[in-house]
Amino acid sequence: MALNQEEPLTLDTFVRGIWKENPVFVTLLGMCPTLAVTNSATNAISMGLATFFVLLCSNVLVSMLRKVIPKQVRIAVYIVLIASFVTVVDYAIQAISLEVYEALGAFIQLIVVNCIILGRAEAYASRQTVVSTAINSIGTGIGFTVALLCLGVVREVLGAGTLFGVQILPGNFQPWVLMLLPPGGFFVLAGWLLLIDFMKQRKERKALEHEGVAAHGR
Amino acid sequence: MSAGSSGDLPTGPAGAEMSVATPAVTVPVVAMIRTMGLVALICGFAVTLAYQWTKPYVEANQRITTARAVSAVLPTAATQKAFVLGADEVKAAAPDSAPEETVYVGYDAAGRIVGVAARGASRGYADLVHVMYAYDPQCACINAMKVVKMNETPGIGDGVTKDPGFLENFAALDVRLNADGSALANRIVTVKHGTKREAWQIDAISGATVTSKAIGRALDQSAQRVVPRVHRHLAELEKGGQ
Repeated sequence: MALNQEEPLTLDTFVRGIWKENPVFVTLLGMCPTLAVTNSATNAISMGLATFFVLLCSNVLVSMLRKVIPKQVRIAVYIVLIASFVTVVDYAIQAISLEVYEALGAFIQLIVVNCIILGRAEAYASRQTVVSTAINSIGTGIGFTVALLCLGVVREVLGAGTLFGVQILPGNFQPWVLMLLPPGGFFVLAGWLLLIDFMKQRKERKALEHEGVAAHGR
Repeated sequence: MSAGSSGDLPTGPAGAEMSVATPAVTVPVVAMIRTMGLVALICGFAVTLAYQWTKPYVEANQRITTARAVSAVLPTAATQKAFVLGADEVKAAAPDSAPEETVYVGYDAAGRIVGVAARGASRGYADLVHVMYAYDPQCACINAMKVVKMNETPGIGDGVTKDPGFLENFAALDVRLNADGSALANRIVTVKHGTKREAWQIDAISGATVTSKAIGRALDQSAQRVVPRVHRHLAELEKGGQ
């Protein structure tokens, strides 16, 4: 069956998750943490890295075990693996910083049901080699972290006038508190989606024009 | 989307249906139990290991956070000691004593009490608002309050952490005891903005009444219990500084 074939390891394996299939901006997966914890750049990057770690570790294990997990119980096994890594991350964040732990709240535990991770496990790790899976997961993890950071930076700068807790806008700037509240998450996400879609369309148009010119010239 | 990536789409459910549809006469029961049991065992082990490994760091973090909050409300204290104040006995706090039962006594360089810090918590708009406050036995007043944990709306409820007018309430909040020393003479109450008349009242932030009231309740509940006990055991606490 074509679906179960191992694909060759290329640069695309890595880059795909960052740009062409960015989990937040293109496939729109994992919206819950994306909207909820990106009210500051620090929270965004912590959440991104936590998800990155769980994604990488659990998918590498899924790939390693792909030949011994019976199909009937695969989802249950994936969930157990993911949940264990989430618990480890949960303890690790408590050990690193209680402040970050309290800011992220329940969303750390909710990584268990993050559809990016389960999606990668089911669609990629369960069919591909360990190396391909690791590289693909790193790409997706970076894509997710960068996307959260994009949202977090904009929301923190506009909503509090700070970046990573450091004041960067002049003191007389009236913080746009709405940006820190849930609606701000939707606004900023929509803004980024608009920008990325605009860029994509422009690129396609240029490619078309280029083709047209080439055909005409012949 | 290019053809190369189509194999990467979440096609799981379709694939699963196919395998179910084919007459699966032999369900690998043994393999299922073996795999799941083994995975669960290893994962359980990993989680326990992570817990054991991070435990001292987490506890150290909690200690530092608490010590910082105590220093914030007792800035003049040279040393601080934690005690558990029971109804009729004083014990040095153990690492596992409940935080809400623990008081932190601040001493100056000469070993005299400069204040007693305690915690309180009450329901605000979004979640519990946790506060740490300092009680000064000399003036029988609360002379500092710090919100240690809250999840109130930014720009509205979070004013209780920084609004200068609101924080002024806690320069000398009256918590005198009643005649028999069993409770406060006057309950700490939060009143509408601009209507504060008495020294035991808290002037609410206009527009953030729910959060202001939560702080008033948290202080009242905690002080009703802690202040009488501090007075009963003042001599013993004083000795702790020597």
